[in-house]
Amino acid sequence: MQYSEKVMDHFRNPRNVGEIENPDGIGYVGNAACGDIMELYIKVEENIITDAKFKTFGCGAAIATSSIMTELVKGKTIEEAEKISNKAIIEALDGLPTIKRHCSVLAEEAMKKAIEDYRSKNV
Amino acid sequence: MEVYLDNNATSPISEKVAEAIKDSFAYYANPSSVHSLGIRVRNFMDDARNKVALALGVSKEEIIFTSGGTESDNLAILGSLKKTSKKHIVTSLVEHHAVLNLFKQLEKEGYEVTYLPVDKDGIVDLDSLSDCLRPDTALVSIMYANNETGAIQPIEKAVQIVKNMSEKIIFHTDAVQAFGKLPLSLRSIPIDMASVSAHKINGPKGVGALYVRKGLKIMPLFRGGHHEYGMRPGTENIMGIAGFGAASDEAVENLSSSIEKYTFLKKRLWEGIYKTIPRVLLNGGLDKTLPNTLNVSFTNIEGESIIIMLDLEGIAVSSGSACTSGSLESSHVLSAMGVPAAAAQGSIRFSFGRYNTEEEVDYVLEKLPPIVSRLRAMSPLEK
Repeated sequence: MQYSEKVMDHFRNPRNVGEIENPDGIGYVGNAACGDIMELYIKVEENIITDAKFKTFGCGAAIATSSIMTELVKGKTIEEAEKISNKAIIEALDGLPTIKRHCSVLAEEAMKKAIEDYRSKNV
Repeated sequence: MEVYLDNNATSPISEKVAEAIKDSFAYYANPSSVHSLGIRVRNFMDDARNKVALALGVSKEEIIFTSGGTESDNLAILGSLKKTSKKHIVTSLVEHHAVLNLFKQLEKEGYEVTYLPVDKDGIVDLDSLSDCLRPDTALVSIMYANNETGAIQPIEKAVQIVKNMSEKIIFHTDAVQAFGKLPLSLRSIPIDMASVSAHKINGPKGVGALYVRKGLKIMPLFRGGHHEYGMRPGTENIMGIAGFGAASDEAVENLSSSIEKYTFLKKRLWEGIYKTIPRVLLNGGLDKTLPNTLNVSFTNIEGESIIIMLDLEGIAVSSGSACTSGSLESSHVLSAMGVPAAAAQGSIRFSFGRYNTEEEVDYVLEKLPPIVSRLRAMSPLEK
């Protein structure tokens, strides 16, 4: 198993680590037993995601998928962000080892949950 | 700086071993041949066999060469079970997969298996052993020392309990990790079989041995010629065996100095970690473990991340996290010890070898704390 350079870059220099104060949406997925927990925060203005941050407990792939997800959603509308699939994340990272694909699924789910949370507060 | 602290996984080949392997190229004939060239190879091989036997405190007629620890375990367990109709077998929850997965397979095939529990330090519960033995118990297999935590099992007491119940119950131990790190004198305990491997003691990969007590007959795993006292057919791996012999020789020669050095390095590393990094857990304790093995959990962060970060600094270690096991479950060893899942995910095993130095430990102690802080700053579990 070897990570792509892109994965290593996001692991070594993760983008947007941290929490957002008064976020408009939070997505929390995973559990310690399976080895990955992701927490994604979004700030939304006029239906556009203006800021995204993450905190992740997990392996190199979990950290890299969270990091790139925050990059991918920034500037996107809620509808666009919602459509970002785990495949898109894998592509953006120049691939992930097969046994690490579940990390990309986790990142997709975390973002969907953050959006769900945002919508539940803005009905 | 390159710091290799993964010697329980495998170890570098020593110069003397490399030399012995090179010397073996001259011994090209088949050791089973009748001609003098063959006899020469047979003698060369028996010299190595004698060295392995001495290291284990047994005689050379009791050593069967195999392809490594996994084959030795399989040969011992399957080979003795084929000689009996008894269907109850016993092992521990913390065995290496070479034993554990074989027992799981045997369970599927109709054997009744008792998996002995361990305490918080990973030591097998001997009361459970006494309680589980029955008239139809065929075999007990308990490792000498654990590969992940280094926990040293009370093998002598376990053998006594088993043999008091019945001389006929076969006792096997996987001594792969104990070999070269603890003084072994297998003859002095009524143990029936023990598995060892060359590459954990600075020997080559692909060669190991099974000690089979004199008089005990087991069935070979393969059908073929009469090699290795009829228990392991196939022309012997002379190169590997030569390397194994040299490695065993060196292991015996260096044993007391190695133990002294490992104990010092391990203590230095643990004290350094404990002083500089908050919220760390020692898995398995300091004294009841192999002198070369230190297993530490860094709470709220995950093992693979730590491994990669250390790797970027040139430090090689391993982890009991799910992500590094190739499955979705973290270490079965730590789980049997009652270590919570989150702590098991953040476990790192440091295992010392012959070439490690104090400077290397200090280098790790310089690089490790900022890595842990960095990963903790990213962790949602740190509130």
